[in-house]
Amino acid sequence: MPQQVSVFAENRPGKLDRITAVLEKYNVNIRAITISDSGDYGIIKLLLDKPAEGCEALKNEGIAATLKDIVAIRIDDRPGGLHRASSILAEQGINVEDAYGFTVTDTNEAVFVFQVENVQGTERILSEAGFKLLGDSELYLL
Amino acid sequence: MFWNREIETIERKDLEKLQLARLQKALAAAATTPFYRKVFSDHNVDVSKVTTLEHLQDLPLTTKHDLRLSYPDGMVPISRSDIVRLHASSGTTGKSTVIFYSQRDVDEWADLVARSMVATGTTRDDVFQNMMGYGLFTGGLGLHYGAERLGAMVIPSSTGNSLKQIQLMQDFQTTVIHITPSYSLHLVEVIKENGVNPPDLTVKKAYLGAEPYSEETRDKIEKLWGLEAYNSYGMSEMNGPGVAFECVHKNGMHLWEDFYIIEVINPETGQPLPDGEEGELVLTHINREAMPIIRYRTRDLTRIIPEECSCGRTHRRMERIKGRTDDMLIVGGVNVFPSQIESVLMRIPEVGNNYQIVLEREENLDRMYIRVELYSKMFHGDLNELKRLNQKIGEELRALITINPRIELLEPGSLPPSMGKAKRVIDNRKI
Repeated sequence: MPQQVSVFAENRPGKLDRITAVLEKYNVNIRAITISDSGDYGIIKLLLDKPAEGCEALKNEGIAATLKDIVAIRIDDRPGGLHRASSILAEQGINVEDAYGFTVTDTNEAVFVFQVENVQGTERILSEAGFKLLGDSELYLL
Repeated sequence: MFWNREIETIERKDLEKLQLARLQKALAAAATTPFYRKVFSDHNVDVSKVTTLEHLQDLPLTTKHDLRLSYPDGMVPISRSDIVRLHASSGTTGKSTVIFYSQRDVDEWADLVARSMVATGTTRDDVFQNMMGYGLFTGGLGLHYGAERLGAMVIPSSTGNSLKQIQLMQDFQTTVIHITPSYSLHLVEVIKENGVNPPDLTVKKAYLGAEPYSEETRDKIEKLWGLEAYNSYGMSEMNGPGVAFECVHKNGMHLWEDFYIIEVINPETGQPLPDGEEGELVLTHINREAMPIIRYRTRDLTRIIPEECSCGRTHRRMERIKGRTDDMLIVGGVNVFPSQIESVLMRIPEVGNNYQIVLEREENLDRMYIRVELYSKMFHGDLNELKRLNQKIGEELRALITINPRIELLEPGSLPPSMGKAKRVIDNRKI
């Protein structure tokens, strides 16, 4: 099951600098990044090629970081591509808590990454609907 | 102008005679309470042997901690049915210190407050707007009863609601206000914003209390409002406001010695200091039936002004409070100990070991910021969870200290480490 790293960060200059410096030092690559903020502080979510190592490295540097299970699926990179997935999630009453997407170079595919309460149940539903789920190694090495 | 010329200008030797008689009575009553019975027996004190005022110095001191130990009524020598009121102030561990009053105590206190107000020139023709909190806090009700005793018209407007306060002042021609220094500076700005020139109001006098403030702040308040501001001193342990008050000469506060025996001690050694030397004020309440308190350590630093005052009052004056011997903070008129805040923070598992209390004065109002580090292991990567944590810390603190701090969640390690004496409190307020 793929995972991403969530990091607690105060909302002020230099915070991203510190986090990315740690990852560089430990030779961890960032595949995707999002920041959600809440005024004084926020959470930085990082999709890393080596999430466990990256998270450990951040923690060792005294940064509040944690691993979170995510669901990642391949979708078509064309109009309606995401809609096909989201309509199934809606039908099943699955709430997407936090999400982002990116396209994959040289293919006509994109990846949709999101957090839900019930990761395994969601994976099963999407898999039954014919979506291709990305396992950890696959996702991190895209 | 006097409320009770005879007692206010009493000869020192007659005053001392009165003090001794009242002290002996207070000691005899105290000796019947569970708290003092034990203290006196532990220290081999025989109260019947106290035959001069100097003997008082041989008796043990009483502290705020003792008041909590005797919670709720271990210092009360009279029967429950003879008590008519209690007041309370917050304590360091959340447990209040409670003060009891009989009907006579409430009456005598009102009399003392009336005496204090008359010393500043207030009369029954005045309109007195009392902008202090009513309730367990003694500031509101204490001055309220005194002003009524004096015969002034009281507007019990209590705290907050500035526009209403201004309207009351205008509609009822308020002449005297009772207010915290910080709120007075805030309110005067609101008055100006509403197109009123403060000196044009009928308000001519202010009693400032409940918070420390400097002589410069008093000058500023007087100028902005166009009034005379008087310093006062009091604390619930000694009734509340009206322990000491400035007279029209505004040069130190007359401490009413027919109610209180004054001592100033070296806070480290406990040794009594002569008049004129700065130290910790120790007071013995010799005129309260429901709760005599012997040699109470106020934790306030001051000195006694030995010279006579030109007003003719023989009760000695004390200087404005210079500081405290403990770490108590006064925020918006509320007493707060850093240990209270720490006790709340340390029982919340998501909070790390480091925290900081920052006090600011914003638009003349005190603001408290609590900066806490998030404990890494309790971080689950959920923004809503952090918001709930923020709220929870705020609510738990408000429940205990009654003020509403702003909580700042910080990354672990961002505050200076707590090795040795960490600087937990940063007070940026200028008093």
